[in-house]
Amino acid sequence: MKNRLKVLRAERDWSQGDLADRLEVSRQSVNAIETGRYDPSLPLAFKIAELFELSIEDIFTSPSRETMQ
Amino acid sequence: MAKSKAISRYNRRVIVLSLIYAATLILAVYGFKNQLLSGPIAWIAGILPALPIIGILVVIGRYLTEETDEYLRDMMVRQALIATGFALSISTAWGFLENFGLVPHVYAYYAIVLWFAGLGVGTCVNRFQASRGEP
Repeated sequence: MKNRLKVLRAERDWSQGDLADRLEVSRQSVNAIETGRYDPSLPLAFKIAELFELSIEDIFTSPSRETMQ
Repeated sequence: MAKSKAISRYNRRVIVLSLIYAATLILAVYGFKNQLLSGPIAWIAGILPALPIIGILVVIGRYLTEETDEYLRDMMVRQALIATGFALSISTAWGFLENFGLVPHVYAYYAIVLWFAGLGVGTCVNRFQASRGEP
């Protein structure tokens, strides 16, 4: 699933490790989500959204909208 | 976050069980080789080396329940599925070949050896797919 995680992280000058620490997941998880290789569960997506104080839709692109584009 | 706590626990448990396996195997082989075992004791000694191996399967199950990182858990589940497919495929093919007298008989415990080898194959698949940016 496409997302803006890398941009949001760069805006805050966080490394993947910094974000992983804040989310209490591994750096591999952050990398996999960022590159679209892994779609996070709803609880983790909410956790990410709450950390950046955004809505899930502001971070992740809906796969159905992705195909429409 | 460094290595997950669940992985550290998993590694520690696997090392302990591997040491127990080595010890029980040495004792059983020594006992049978020197004809020190008979009756129910022989059965107990014969089954002893299998128990730590079964324990490792339990440890893998516990890892899956204790791992809080969903991505790492997902990777282990995929590894285990690949290992299962790998071990069952080779066992099935070997069984037929053995049945038709084309290959020699092998002990049934080689199934778990294949399964552990399959975990290694699963690790390679996970790394290969990650390097290609595939899910």
